[in-house]
Amino acid sequence: MPGLEDLYREIILDHYRTPRNRGELAPPAVKAEGHNPLCGDEIQVYIDVADGMVRDVKITGQGCSISQSSASMMSAAVKGKSIDDIRNLVRRFKHMMSIEEEGNDSPIDESQSLGDLEALQGVVKFPVRIKCAVLSWNTLLDALNNA
Amino acid sequence: MSFDAALLKKDFPLLQRIINDKPLVYLDSANTSQKPQQVIDSMSHFMETTYAPINRSAYQLAAESTDAFENARSMCRTFINAPHTNEIIFTKNTTEAINLVAQSWGGANLHAGDVVVLTHMEHHANIVPWHMLVQSHGIQLRWVPLTSDGQLDLTNLDELLKGAKVFSFTAMSNVLGTLTPVKQLCAAAHAAGAIAVVDGCQYVPHNVTDVIAWDADFLTFSSHKMCGPSGIGVLWGREALLNAMPPFLGGGNMIGDVRLDGFTCAELPAKFEAGTPPITEVIGLGAAISYLTAIGMDNIRQHEKETITYALSALNERYGKDITIHGPTDPEVRGTALSFKFKDVHPHDLSQVLDQSNICVRAGHHCAKPLMRLLGANATARASFYLYNSLDDVDALVNALEGAGDLFSL
Repeated sequence: MPGLEDLYREIILDHYRTPRNRGELAPPAVKAEGHNPLCGDEIQVYIDVADGMVRDVKITGQGCSISQSSASMMSAAVKGKSIDDIRNLVRRFKHMMSIEEEGNDSPIDESQSLGDLEALQGVVKFPVRIKCAVLSWNTLLDALNNA
Repeated sequence: MSFDAALLKKDFPLLQRIINDKPLVYLDSANTSQKPQQVIDSMSHFMETTYAPINRSAYQLAAESTDAFENARSMCRTFINAPHTNEIIFTKNTTEAINLVAQSWGGANLHAGDVVVLTHMEHHANIVPWHMLVQSHGIQLRWVPLTSDGQLDLTNLDELLKGAKVFSFTAMSNVLGTLTPVKQLCAAAHAAGAIAVVDGCQYVPHNVTDVIAWDADFLTFSSHKMCGPSGIGVLWGREALLNAMPPFLGGGNMIGDVRLDGFTCAELPAKFEAGTPPITEVIGLGAAISYLTAIGMDNIRQHEKETITYALSALNERYGKDITIHGPTDPEVRGTALSFKFKDVHPHDLSQVLDQSNICVRAGHHCAKPLMRLLGANATARASFYLYNSLDDVDALVNALEGAGDLFSL
C-alpha cells in the first residue's frame, strides 16, 4: 500500500499552506468555475490573455490539499506562457494523472521539466484523489476555451 | 442478553477483513451498512432453491418464490407497524420512494402556488424531487430553519405550514445526526391540512418505527442502510392515499388490463410495482429485518446512544478546541451520524490519513449541500456507527486523529 508520504510530498504541502497567485482578476480577464460535485470542492480560475499568451492568472476557491496545491502549482506553471505551450502542459499533466485526451494520438512533448508538478505524480497511486488534482486544470481549459 | 457489539461484528464477514495487517474499522454505515452472514445466506439459499418469477406463473416453484417475496412484504409491515400489508410498496431505494410521492401524489394534487414545506437539514433525495415540481408545476418551497445546535427551529412552524399541502422531513439528519420530533411534526402538518412525508432512511435502521403512533402519511426507507442488500427500498403510505394516486411507472405487473386504447391499474401494492422487482433483494431485506428484530431495535438504539455519548465525550476531551462536532450535544436527540471539523484539515485529507489505519469515514457534502452551506463548509468528515461498532472502534477513530493536524497545519 502506498504511504501518505507518496501523496503528501513537502512541496505539495508548501503550495497548500502558501498558495501562489491567490485572488481575482477584474474583467476583461476571463473567469471559469470548476466544481467537484462528489466532494464539494470548488475553484475559480481567472486568466488575462493577450497576444496568444496568458499574461496573468489568479485562483480562488476551497478544497483539499491536493486540489488547492495542484491549482497553485498550475498557476505558477502557466503564468507568462503561450496558449499552445499551456495546452501541451495540460495534456502532459493529465497524462501523468493517467487521463488521456480522446482521439488525440499525437506525441506529447516532454522535452521540458515539469518542475514542482512532478511532486503530484504520487496522486495516481490514490485513484480517488486524481479528480482533486485535475479540477483546476480542467477549469483552466474552460477559461482558455472562453478566452 | 446484554448487547455485545464485538460479538455481533462476528456475524459480518466483511468486517473480519484484514487490510495491510490491520483490522477494518467501518464507520460509514450512514452511507451504507455491511451485511451479516444471515442476510448473505438467505439470498444465496433463495437463489439456490426457490428463485422464480413472482405473481405470474402457475408452477409450484413460482408459488414458493411469490410466497417468500410476499412474506418479506409482511415483515416490512410489522417492522414499521403499518396497518396494512398492501401499503408496503417496494421501490429501488428511499430516493425513488420520495420521487414516487412527489411525482404521483404531488403531480396529481399540487398546482401553481401550492406550498411544500421542507427543512434545512434534508438530503438531496428530499429536496430535488420537490424542486422538480417547482419547475413543472410552479409550486413553492418553504424551509424550516435550524437552531444553532442543529435541531429544527420550530418557533414559526405553524406560520410556515399555513396553507401548505405537504410537509416532507427527515426523521434523522444524515449529517447532524439530529432526531426530529416526528410525531409533533406530523400533528403540525395535519393541523395545517398538509400531508406528512417522513424520510426514514437514516432513522428506520436504528430505531423502533411506528407509523401509527407517528400518525404519518408516508414513510420511506432503504434496505442497504439496515443490513440488507442495495437496490431495494420501501415506500409505506396510507391505503386511501395510495389508492387515490395515479400510477408512477407503467409496465407489467402494475396493470389490471391493457387494451389498444388504454389500461387499468392493478390493486395495491402491484399498482406501484411495474416490471420484475429485485426479487432476491427483497428476500435479503426480509432476512435483515429478521436479524435486526431478533436483536431488538430498542437494544440497538440503546447501544448507539451509549456509543455516541462515548464518542462525543472522547473526541471533545482529547481534542477540545481542535475539533468542532456539528449537531446536537444531547444524545437523547441524536443518532450516530457524527460530522466534524478537525483543526484546518480538509475532510478529504483527514479521510486519507484515517484510511492508513483502515478507518472508513465519509468525506464530502453528504448529498446535503444546502445544509453544508448553512454550516459554512463545503465538506465535512463524518463517522457513523451501527450495531457492529464497539467502543473500541470509537477509540480507534480518536487515536487515529492524533497527528493528522500536524501534517496539514497552515
